[in-house]
This record gives sequence, C-alpha cells and structure tokens, in this order.
Amino acid sequence: MKQSLFEQQHQADWQGFALQLDALERGKADSQQTQTFAAAYRHLCQHLALAQSRGYSSHLIERLQHLAMRGHQQFYRHRSPIGGQLLGFILAGFPRLVRAEWRFVLAACLLFFGSLLLMGALVYHFPDLVYAVMSPDRVAEMEHMYDPDARRIGRFSERDSGDDWMMFGYYIMNNIGIAFQTFASGLLFGLGSLFFLLFNGLMIGAVAGHLTQIGYGETFWSFVIGHGSFELTAIALAGAAGLKLDWALLVPGRWPRSEALRIAAASSVRLIGGVTVFLLLAAFIEAYWSSMTLASANVKYIVGAALWLLVLAYLLLAGRGDHAPD
Amino acid sequence: MPPTPSSVSATSPTLLDTRFKVETPEGIDLILRPAGVIPRALAFGIDLLIRGALLGALYAVLALFGQFGMGLATILMFLLTWWYMVLFEVLNQGRSPGKQVMGLRVIHDDGTPIGWAASLTRNLLRFVDMLPFGYTLGIISSLRHPAFKRLGDIAAGTLVVYRDEAPSAAVLPEAEALRAPFTMNLNEQRARSALLNAAKTCPARAVWNWRAFSLNPCTSPPNRLNNRSTASPVAF
Repeated sequence: MKQSLFEQQHQADWQGFALQLDALERGKADSQQTQTFAAAYRHLCQHLALAQSRGYSSHLIERLQHLAMRGHQQFYRHRSPIGGQLLGFILAGFPRLVRAEWRFVLAACLLFFGSLLLMGALVYHFPDLVYAVMSPDRVAEMEHMYDPDARRIGRFSERDSGDDWMMFGYYIMNNIGIAFQTFASGLLFGLGSLFFLLFNGLMIGAVAGHLTQIGYGETFWSFVIGHGSFELTAIALAGAAGLKLDWALLVPGRWPRSEALRIAAASSVRLIGGVTVFLLLAAFIEAYWSSMTLASANVKYIVGAALWLLVLAYLLLAGRGDHAPD
Repeated sequence: MPPTPSSVSATSPTLLDTRFKVETPEGIDLILRPAGVIPRALAFGIDLLIRGALLGALYAVLALFGQFGMGLATILMFLLTWWYMVLFEVLNQGRSPGKQVMGLRVIHDDGTPIGWAASLTRNLLRFVDMLPFGYTLGIISSLRHPAFKRLGDIAAGTLVVYRDEAPSAAVLPEAEALRAPFTMNLNEQRARSALLNAAKTCPARAVWNWRAFSLNPCTSPPNRLNNRSTASPVAF
C-alpha cells in the first residue's frame, strides 16, 4: 500500500485520537469518550508498527510515534485513590512491612536502643563521660531545660500556648528531616545510617544518663516518655530502611547492584512513609501533651507506658487477620 | 525488568546517540531522549530560586502573626524542602516548574508516568546526591551512566527525559519527482532519510549517522537485487 493511501484511510482515526488525548491531558475527558480510548490506542500502535515495517517516510512515523508516546503516558497513568490507599497502609500495610523486614528492624533497634542504653548507663555511673560527647555549654543548656523549678518544660522553659504551635513546626522540621537523612545516607554503603543511628543513640543516652544522675530524672522522663514511643521507634525504623538500601549494595545476590538497589528502595520508601506518619504523631504529642505541666508526673508515666504498649502492639499485631483492610 | 538501553532489532541500525528505546506491551518502541547534567542543573537552579522566593515571601508575611506564624512557616519550609519536587512531579505529569521551563519531565524507566513511591525515593535520595558538596556524587553518577541517572534515579528506577514537541507537518517542495539512478533497498532508504532528517536538526549527528551507515556492513547490502520487492523507487 502506498503511503498516501494509508494516510488517507486513517487520517480521521489519528485526528480523533489526538482530540481524545488533548481532553485526557487536560483532565477534562468524559467517561463516554474514554471508553474507546484503549481500542484507539492499540489501533494506533498497530498503525505505527505497520508504517515502520513498510518503510513509510519518517514524517509519518514521527507523527505516529508522538501520538503513541502521548497515548502511552495516558494509558499507563497511575490513578489510584491516594486516601484509601493511605488508610489501608496505616491500618495494615505498614505493620506487615515492618514484620516482613524484621531483620533490618532488629539490627537497627539493637544499634540505636543498644547504644542509647549503654551510653545512658555509662554516663549514670561515670558522670564525667557526658563531656566526651557534648560540650559543656550544651550540657548546661540541657540542665536548664529540664530544671524541676521551671514552670513549663521542654526546649524553651518559658513557654506559653503560642510556643506549642511553634514547637510543633520545629519538631516536624527537625525530626522528619533527621529520619529522611538517616534513610538516604544508607546509600553510602550503610555508613551514613550507622552514623545517624549511633550518633542519635549516644547523644540521647548521654543526656538521659546525665539528667537522671544529677536528679532531674522526674522532669526529664515524664517529658520524654510520651512522644518517645513514636519518635524513637520511628528513628530506628528509618535506620532499618537505610540499612536495607545498604544491604542491597553490599550483598546484591543474583541481581546487578543497580537492580538490587531499585528493589530494596521500593519497599524501604514505604517504610519511610510509615515513619513520617509516626513522627507527625510524635511531634503532636511532644508539642501539646509532653510539655503540659497540668498533668502530674505519674499520669504522664501511665500515659507514656500505654503509648509504648500501643506502638508495640500496633507493630506486632495489626494487619494479621485475613480480613484486615487492604 | 529494566529495559535495556540498546534493545535494537536487526531492522534498525544501532543508535549512536543517547536515545533510549523502551519496548511497550503493545509491541512498539518508545523513543526517549534522556536529559544530561546541564539542563537538569539549570532546572534545579530555577526550582531553587522559586523556592527561595516563596520562602522569603512566606517569612515576611507570617512573621506578622508571631509564634503561630513562625510555627506555620516552619511547617511550610519543611513542605517546600522535602515535598516540593514530589508534589509537582506526581501531580503535574512529571514536571516541576524548573523542568517545565527547561522542557524536561520525569518518568519511570519503562516509560510510564511517575508515581508516589518512585518520586519520593528519588527526591529523598537527593540528599546523598548532594554530598559531599554541590551535587558531586550526583554529577559523577549521571556522567558515567548511559541514561544520565543520578543515584536517586538509579534507586527509584526513574529517568529525566526531554518532552518531545509535536512534529510539524512535512512541507514537500512543489517539484516533479525524479527517479533515483539506482534502486535503494529499505535499509538504504532509511539511512538516507535519517541522514537528511538529522542534517536538518543537528549537523553533528548527521556526520555520525553517515559514519554508521558507511562503516556498518549490515546496512550496505551485498546484492541489491534481493530486495527488489520492497524497494520501490523513491522520489527525491
């Protein structure tokens, strides 16, 4: 068949398809029109293949290729209801994922909580050790923050309700940023994730040990126990996601390193999604509950313990049932 | 299943430029043109300027609202730092404003539009690409990758490509068609039209195509009579 005849026969189809594409790209296609889209797209692909194999001129082929490319972009669009997906992920997907990656989670928890507890115990028994990891100014600042005589506790001791909102923003920015960095630096053959896990573990451990030792224990522990459940778990999970990236690079198995990395990143980025939700909750608790001085220390301990149990139960038990929401 | 960059069938000569072919389930090849370091750096620069201007304006306005405003500004800064690229890429067909200006877009490396997971991955890992300073790792990675991928792109399986504009309709000169002095087979016709096309858009590429044509024994036929059936006379 001559090219001119071919063009003549199918010109109308191509123009119709281009119109459909225009509507779809602007997001204004009605459902009646789009019912024929899949068939029209396949038809166009067939025309393109025909034109190529018959050696028609490149003007025609380029034009068909351009249409096919646009059609492909619309046909394979990811159009999933993000809200429903997110809900299913929080209710079941995330705890399942954490359990599926239990090796990395365990390793990250050991690194983070291990270094935290060890450093805390060491500083408690050898008080001078705190100056090995923190400058004296910083230690003094910490002491000032958790001074039992302060009216309100937390980062700024003279806080009022306007501060709560400001601190909420600060905690989001700071903590989620740290979690993202812990994850991303796993790409540096794990050195980055190891560094962030150990660094944060050592610092928090040193502060906790020092404050307990000088007798500010009650203000400190009642402040941190509530949001710590979400915050510390989230940092450990972000570290686990980073370690997974690192493992894909060090031990790629039967894949090329780039491919192994791609597969690992697909599941670890979902972990990071869950971590982000955890840290948002933690920031909310930290800004509005932990800094409250109305509740007595005992109430805070009870609520904090309940929150820790909630986090553990969520990660271990949620989404196990057959009919868990997907 | 990573699409190989040079899955070239026997009928088309090996591409010597950076074009990236993806075979779709419909049995056709999509031809993508990955963008190199310079246009991407410019696009990032534009995005950076936009974000800087937005942040400056936000702080100026929200500072009036005291501590509530500062809290809000911090949250917005967090969104701008970590989510600006993700939101634009997913919701605006792979184009942040900078990429829009530079004529680029991000897609999965199988040619499909980018989704949330891939976009989040590539933009979180941007932190590593920036190390130790000024995108050093990212630049090294994309200079030595055949499709110019930085580390984040490799991990997310994404590709930054040029957006192709619609090809303009061909204008054939009003002239009487001449018969070629000899019959050209399909490969020869293709080589000739590819050469003419390339000469129009990029003279340097034309030279390369011409060398491919003359050096590659597969494209210069041993016996022209074999292909008589497909070789219709061409009109120059």
